[in-house]
Amino acid sequence: MAILVLAEHDNKELKPATLHAVGAAAKIGGDIHVLVAGSGCGSVADAAAKIGGVSKVLKADDAALGNGLAENVAPVILDVAKNYSHIIGPATTTWKNILPRVAALLDVQQISDIIGVIDADTFNRPIYAGNAIATVKSSDSIRIITARGTAFDKAPADGGSAGIEDIAAKGDSGLSSFVSAEVSKSDRPELTAARVVVSGGRALGSTEGFKIIEELADKLNAAIGASRAAVDAGYVPNDYQVGQTGKNVAPELYIAIGISGAIQHLAGMKDSKVIVAINKDADAPIFGIADYGLVGDLFQIVPELTSKL
Amino acid sequence: MKILVPVKRAVDYSVKIRVKADGTGVDLNNVKMSMNPFDEIAVEEAVRLKEAGKATEIVVVSIGPAKAQDVIRTAMAVGADRGILVQTDAPTDIGGVEPLAVAKILKAIVEGEKPDMIIMGKQSIDDDSNQTGQMLAALLGWGQATFASKVEIDGGNAKVTREVDGGLETVSVKLPAIVTTDLRLNEPRYAALPNIMKAKSKPMETKTPADYGVDVAPRLSVVKVAEPAKRQGGGKVSSVDELIDKLKNEAKVL
Repeated sequence: MAILVLAEHDNKELKPATLHAVGAAAKIGGDIHVLVAGSGCGSVADAAAKIGGVSKVLKADDAALGNGLAENVAPVILDVAKNYSHIIGPATTTWKNILPRVAALLDVQQISDIIGVIDADTFNRPIYAGNAIATVKSSDSIRIITARGTAFDKAPADGGSAGIEDIAAKGDSGLSSFVSAEVSKSDRPELTAARVVVSGGRALGSTEGFKIIEELADKLNAAIGASRAAVDAGYVPNDYQVGQTGKNVAPELYIAIGISGAIQHLAGMKDSKVIVAINKDADAPIFGIADYGLVGDLFQIVPELTSKL
Repeated sequence: MKILVPVKRAVDYSVKIRVKADGTGVDLNNVKMSMNPFDEIAVEEAVRLKEAGKATEIVVVSIGPAKAQDVIRTAMAVGADRGILVQTDAPTDIGGVEPLAVAKILKAIVEGEKPDMIIMGKQSIDDDSNQTGQMLAALLGWGQATFASKVEIDGGNAKVTREVDGGLETVSVKLPAIVTTDLRLNEPRYAALPNIMKAKSKPMETKTPADYGVDVAPRLSVVKVAEPAKRQGGGKVSSVDELIDKLKNEAKVL
């Protein structure tokens, strides 16, 4: 039984989400191979070969794979799928987009966003915005899975020495093409991998209001998150959004500032180790799950907190 | 251009759900049900394309119990032209009709209806799978543009801005294609009372999965459904100094 893990990368760097997915594969047990599909992705394949516990890297390097278009990437996976009992992608937008396409072509019911492995066929996954946890058993011969990063420990980035095998790309499907990308730039740690996340909500009032969040985040070397309300109001870009429709995070410390705590937001952060809430409404639902709550005006509290740290 | 919009009757987003005591699922008795929020956005986008003169007909499909005709009527009240209900009593959250089976039924409907575009939600808020649109695109051999926050019809292509982890990405897909909606695509309108009345006389066919020759037997069996671990929250501190002290000495995260 061998497991294929799909690498998350930008053709230059291997993303930490890959290490979490290898961690999930290690819980199932078996030979672990990693597929790197991209364009000019040699350095990514080299990094994948060093991951502890990985015995082989498959590299599909072709111009048609450079932008991660599902129509072009899915056939590459289909081609090698029969060699594997499990195919696991990190639950990133890349693989949420591509993997169901692979599953349907293999006539397999995908298991999305797993947070636990019971045995080789049985997995835990959250449903209803994380308000229930389903344990499901697959009867398919190949299990196609996306794994939630924050639920699995990272495999070590070093220590492995897997061989790299080139596999063939399948060309351009002609069904879709990449036009452009608008990437949010940030020097801060990646939201889903950060040890500390400072998150702001609608109560910040404006993009300028978010400056106090940035100052606190800088002090703590934290990533910045946001509620959907803050994103919809245009205070921050949408990739900051934490919640059911945004990113799931589980840092050691999550500081929710001016966030009331709608269930859709809680779904994305309630597995954090320690939650701090700062809100002027003492009855806000966020206080129901926060380990430490501080009621008051965030425009006074947050700068005071920043200066005292 | 003809647009097909699959919609799902799901638990209302504002409901705090309860897990059944026997661990077999989520208790949906006497719980408010509505159209899945992402599907409302899909209907709205189709109606806007019709208003802009790009689309000529909007067909809405739902798979679920007889009551799912309510969400089809809702879609008609905001502008869809006709509906197809594929009736089944199997659960549509988990342990019943799964995304793969839904995609197979939709494929059969697409082969009959021959739409130029399918717009559907990126995921339903009950089983949170985020699979059906991608699976349908695969089965049809069509292009897909998932997590859309902007859609422009450009001749025989759809130019779609997608919400991805690092920011936004724009792709062009050849029509016919499938677009799945993200929350920021649009703000769905409310149905006006006269339109709700008019929607009652719009045509709706009722079918069954067997009519399309699709076996809906689930591939994933539900071993159990449980409540997530509860957090012990509620502790409050009275000052910034106390907060810093607790984070340093009690929680040890600073």
